[in-house]
Amino acid sequence: MASTETLEDIKARIEQVTPAEASSELDAGGAVLIDTRDAINRQEVRVEGDEYAPAGNGGIESHTEQFGDRVAELAGGRDQRVLLYCNVGNRSAVAADALVREHGFEDVASVAGGIAAWEQDGLPVLVPEGMSAEQRNRYSRHTLLPQVGVEGQLRMLNAKVLLIGAGGLGAPAALYLAAAGIGTLGLVDDDEVDESNLQRQVIHSTERIGQPKTESARKTIESLNPDVKVIEHRTRLDASNIIDIIKDYDVIVDGADNFPTRYLLNDASVRLRKPVVSASILAFDGQISTFVPFEGPCYRCLYPTPPPAELAPSCGAAGVLGVMAGVMGLLQANEVIKLVIGIGEPLIGRLLLYDSLGTHFTELKVRRDPECPICGPNAPEIPESEMGKFPDYELFCAG
Amino acid sequence: MPTIKVPPVLREQTDGEAAVSVGGGTVGEALNALAERYPSTKDQLFSPEGDLNRYVNVYLNDEDVRVLDGLDTAAADSDTVVILPAMAGG
Repeated sequence: MASTETLEDIKARIEQVTPAEASSELDAGGAVLIDTRDAINRQEVRVEGDEYAPAGNGGIESHTEQFGDRVAELAGGRDQRVLLYCNVGNRSAVAADALVREHGFEDVASVAGGIAAWEQDGLPVLVPEGMSAEQRNRYSRHTLLPQVGVEGQLRMLNAKVLLIGAGGLGAPAALYLAAAGIGTLGLVDDDEVDESNLQRQVIHSTERIGQPKTESARKTIESLNPDVKVIEHRTRLDASNIIDIIKDYDVIVDGADNFPTRYLLNDASVRLRKPVVSASILAFDGQISTFVPFEGPCYRCLYPTPPPAELAPSCGAAGVLGVMAGVMGLLQANEVIKLVIGIGEPLIGRLLLYDSLGTHFTELKVRRDPECPICGPNAPEIPESEMGKFPDYELFCAG
Repeated sequence: MPTIKVPPVLREQTDGEAAVSVGGGTVGEALNALAERYPSTKDQLFSPEGDLNRYVNVYLNDEDVRVLDGLDTAAADSDTVVILPAMAGG
């Protein structure tokens, strides 16, 4: 295209067809319809049965040899009938001109008005099922990823994830899982927002000091993403309520701040075969692993017995770097998304240590313990009637 | 000399050292050498009978010594012995 040329000049010399004419040609056979837009547009709406050859912004890529070769391949030769479309009919006009004048095509037309006119004329288009126009836009940067796609996003929208604790780990994890479009987020926490939480618990805010953490988190999540349903469990997990609370969720995020809850959650999640993404933090250090019952080790395979109190100070006593907590919470969110969609390599059988002062990541192997009293081959079968009965974890952890 | 990585909760006992090079041809000898140099670590690593405490996880490089030869696992100079405590902070 010479620089003095306008789009009007180009459109005047190429062949343009209306959407209705293009549709009839396709129905009759003998023509190939090619979408020249960017991938992101294509995800939102396209014509069924079309092919795809992006022509770049303003059609600039259509001047390359690769574009000509790609279209020739899709059409089955340069003598075949080719129909091009884009959003409003400009890019496809430039590309049609390039195909004829630069790449030796004989029979090319551009669809006037593009997909916009196509839809306006009431001709059928293909939109991803199960997602609204707003959702297609909101999650477009996810669905663009081939590993996620519309299907993966729909899995996230249908997933139910439970966060144990809306604190240092749960706050960042919940925030990003909500943004990602996890459809149901359960939050278990009986605490209220304290000023000293705000250095790391980014889902809460100064004006919410004194409010229940689950309520504060719900408000933030609802304003971030209306697709997410938040279920508040304003309670402390214990043996009497754990089965009822966790049974309806697909994945559990362990961000508890004490050992009795961590062992209780492990034993209950193994019974119900729920995957747990478990992390813990202290000072400048974090640990994370993913426990999928019977597929890999459980928390007890890794830590058969809890340490004495002097070896396990709390963040309240020893301090914790807020940013490090955020890193670990987001690593948990990342694991959750992989489990929900079924992609990548979850941290099953692997313990990842993060030393934020040295910026070192260390990975250790975690094996299933043949002696594990919970998931080992000799672990007792739990009858249905005993499902909700657990030993005294406070006592167990007191040594 | 193998290097022992000391977890944050034990660093008060090792004068703040996060990594300590010690003598010893096995994991047990290396940990004993650490306990000799920093005596207050001894009770936290070992039971009165001299076994590793059950709540202390020890790795040779990335492998749990429980699936190797325990304290008798050979440790070369280039190896790293990781002492790993459970943490419950959230």
